Amino acid sequence: MQEMKLDGNAIGGLLREIFTVEMTAARGTCASCGAVNELGRVQVYLHAPGTVVRCPDCEQVLMKIVRSGGRYWVDLTGTRCLEFGEG
Amino acid sequence: MISRGPRLITWQLGVLAEIVQETPRVSSLYFDAPDWPGHLAGQHVDVRLTADDGYQAERSYSIASAPEDRRLALTVERLDDGEVSPYLVGELRVGDKLELRGPIGGYFVWRGEEERPLLLIGGGSGVVPLMSMLRHRSHVARKAPARLLFSSRTLADVIYHAELEHLSSADGGLRVFHTLTREKPAGWTGYTRRIDEAMVKEVVWPTQDMVDVFVCGPTSFVEAAASLLVAMGYDPRAVKTERFGATGG
Repeated sequence: MQEMKLDGNAIGGLLREIFTVEMTAARGTCASCGAVNELGRVQVYLHAPGTVVRCPDCEQVLMKIVRSGGRYWVDLTGTRCLEFGEG
Repeated sequence: MISRGPRLITWQLGVLAEIVQETPRVSSLYFDAPDWPGHLAGQHVDVRLTADDGYQAERSYSIASAPEDRRLALTVERLDDGEVSPYLVGELRVGDKLELRGPIGGYFVWRGEEERPLLLIGGGSGVVPLMSMLRHRSHVARKAPARLLFSSRTLADVIYHAELEHLSSADGGLRVFHTLTREKPAGWTGYTRRIDEAMVKEVVWPTQDMVDVFVCGPTSFVEAAASLLVAMGYDPRAVKTERFGATGG
């Protein structure tokens, strides 16, 4: 059986397309619980319509990303802050 | 002023130079990729296949080769119901071209610059990025002590078995522990069960301070191993994990 839950390593390429720099070592702050996690550690679900990213501490949604028809939709409502290097 | 700022990640072509069958379901693919910028141990690449009708499928694969190696190696497990892996393991031939981009990842990465002990726990093809780390370690002059706990289904499924034996016999600083979950071969001296508390306590360093820990495998395996380490006192944030399984192969 295939497991549905992955982690942020699986979307390193997608995040790199959007942010143009390496993002799996970026630190994201959860808007719900305030936990700070490197994006490599977050929970990722690829089988929803688009990609759903959840906090590993409280499981609230951090990001939703849809790529379709040459466009991106990036919902960062659940992320209070992203900290990352210039690349 | 030229900055080293953001740049787009682009697809490039690799040419398959060599295929090595590792187990009945797993093969290593060695690519010549002239525009490859180099990588760090633990990083991966995205692979893109395009069908005649324009349909594209992308998958991410861990890099198996060391940064020092001449060719870029991926080790791929064939998943019979997958979209990409049956093409990579079975149809792709030496001389064929493949679209690649990378390297990708900065979290699940071991640079080998420090002499902190290195603890690696792998399940099945989750051993691939860990092998890149061990291959890299074999090239560095001042080697950190390293231990690998590697869970496979059967003896025939043990990826890199001979190379791991060779690496550990040539290097007193590396210890490799195998466990088989579905077979107890005659004469086998390793473990024959799923990883558990007693096994982890026998294998890992009891002092959790200053150990670099990398765990890779199917989601359930990774979470079981990480939980055992945390129960032993390892800081959850110091246990670096990489899960695979849902991308459909």
